[in-house]
Amino acid sequence: MKPTQELLTINNLHTGFRVKDKYFNAVDGVSIHLKKNEILAIVGESGCGKSTLATSIIGLHDHNNTKITGEIQFKGLNLATLTDEKLNNVRGNDIGMIFQDPLSALNPLMRIGDQIEEALIYHTRMSRIERSHRVIELLNQVGIPNPQRVLKQFPHQLSGGMRQRVIIAIAISCKPSIIIADEPTTALDVTIQAQILDLLKDLQAETESGIILITHDLGVVAEVADRVAVMYAGQIIEEAPVEELFNNPAHPYTRSLLNSIPQTHSENEKLEVIQGLVPSLVNLPRNGCRFAPRIPWIPAEAHETEPQLHEIAPGHFVRCTCWNHFHFKGEEGGSLL
Amino acid sequence: MSFMEIKDLRVHYPIRGGFFNTIVDYVHAVDGINMEFDKGKTYGLVGESGCGKSTTGKAIIGLEKITSGQIIYEGKDVTNQRRQRNSSYNRDIQMIFQDAHSSLNPRKRVQDILAEPIRNFLNLSDLEEKRKINELLAIVGMPEDAKVKYPHEFSGGQKQRIGIARAIATNPKLIIADEPVSALDLSVQAQVLNFLKDIQAELGLSYLFISHDLGVVKHMCDHISIMYKGRFVESGSKKDIYQSPQHIYTKRLLSAIPTIEPASRVERKVERINVENNYQIENHQYFDANGRVYDLQSISDTHAVAKTVNKEGVM
Repeated sequence: MKPTQELLTINNLHTGFRVKDKYFNAVDGVSIHLKKNEILAIVGESGCGKSTLATSIIGLHDHNNTKITGEIQFKGLNLATLTDEKLNNVRGNDIGMIFQDPLSALNPLMRIGDQIEEALIYHTRMSRIERSHRVIELLNQVGIPNPQRVLKQFPHQLSGGMRQRVIIAIAISCKPSIIIADEPTTALDVTIQAQILDLLKDLQAETESGIILITHDLGVVAEVADRVAVMYAGQIIEEAPVEELFNNPAHPYTRSLLNSIPQTHSENEKLEVIQGLVPSLVNLPRNGCRFAPRIPWIPAEAHETEPQLHEIAPGHFVRCTCWNHFHFKGEEGGSLL
Repeated sequence: MSFMEIKDLRVHYPIRGGFFNTIVDYVHAVDGINMEFDKGKTYGLVGESGCGKSTTGKAIIGLEKITSGQIIYEGKDVTNQRRQRNSSYNRDIQMIFQDAHSSLNPRKRVQDILAEPIRNFLNLSDLEEKRKINELLAIVGMPEDAKVKYPHEFSGGQKQRIGIARAIATNPKLIIADEPVSALDLSVQAQVLNFLKDIQAELGLSYLFISHDLGVVKHMCDHISIMYKGRFVESGSKKDIYQSPQHIYTKRLLSAIPTIEPASRVERKVERINVENNYQIENHQYFDANGRVYDLQSISDTHAVAKTVNKEGVM
């Protein structure tokens, strides 16, 4: 891959939150890159740091209680060190964001048209007429019927799916090169979810932007992503192209997660349960394999003391060596050596 | 051999307006549904938000007023006795809620939460009550010291299990589970679903499983009803619904479920677009002029679909 194709490169990013004068890293040493024309999915259960990673990229954290170290390289800038003022030129302009809950992301007192226009006023030098044309063009682009009427309406007059379309219209209004979508379809029904995902994929193909899709739903990932990173306890534990990940999952966590999805099973088979809980931020074990406490039947020798990402196939990275020795509880395990 | 039957259940909410705040119209939240419950079976109720599935659950247990229709429980009409303290119906039908956290009283310890149904319905001495609470905690796999803790001290999955323990305290026959796992993470969801299946086998329970997640429903249910605008569009065994869906709405719902097979996603998208087009074209065969779903027609012993009688679509 030519380096020019990389839109965004994150190097060793740590995002820590302050709890009683100590900082605890919710994102703990994440390195990842996003290429042009690519949908990168970041998957994990709640509390694994996936949303923190997204909000760190565009600097939505409160500076007094958060510490961000590491590099976020985007078009020659390091976003992690920019001031808010400079960041304002990037977010909403070169990087668009789609939030989970479309109702709380829209201003209830502003008309839809004005909310979309707001980003254009701030980031472009279009004239009033150009802007109003652009707003209608955007509403058409995201598949809203009768845009002339919708732009005079308020958010509460639209359905959930329509609101999410408006959010997407705002996110793409300035033709961003990156769109960050944080659980864009979690609040929607399945039929609407399918429509929104199709829309995102079409828009991405049209605008050639890169999308970072943050989700907990492996079905959504399989449906739209090109590359997947699985996060657990603040780290990326597996990264692979989408087909590789679903066909040859390697890390014990990924395998357990895939086995706990109901639809893959015949009716009477038991679902896989991961023992224990996702560790909380404060109690996170910072040494050794972070998943080890949840697979106690795997001997300690199988884990690395300083788990690193290993490339086991082209583009397929797995953290720690325990995947090599992993077997589900009750199954026959391979010998350690 | 059903122990409970629901006949033509309707729940209509009045819309008030106009000069004297008179009733101008009704919202037909639940509009004439029929169900039967057998012992030890799981019944799925699936639909999108706003289709009336939760209202159905609430109406059955008595949290919602029924406009018309009947609930027959063990041969008796209990429609108007659902909330009477001394009726056996009230004891035998229990509910698990979606949001475990808000369904537990934050100011009560777990032992008091679990003791509530016991004190209401079972006449036990203090000692027996304690024993029963320990027994319930053992069934849901919680340590005994959980008794003296408060709900906020538990994780989401544990709270849901406390909710389940409370529901099974009175040895119910039917548990209405309203989206019991939607708020949970995947691995915790698997845990709760396994557990619901285990206690079903152990106690011979029936479930009415209300959910929007067709994957979970497929895993759990024997018999599934698909609901749309307060009416059933299709009802049948798991095999009927997943292998030969008849109603266009069912097909549309099934085609929208994301599958974890990235290899076939292009075909699925084509399929989805086809179904969506058919949905627009064949609409009149499945919905009448007012957009109301037709009555269910039996097409086999287990399978019923809401279609016009003559398939030509003459309304």
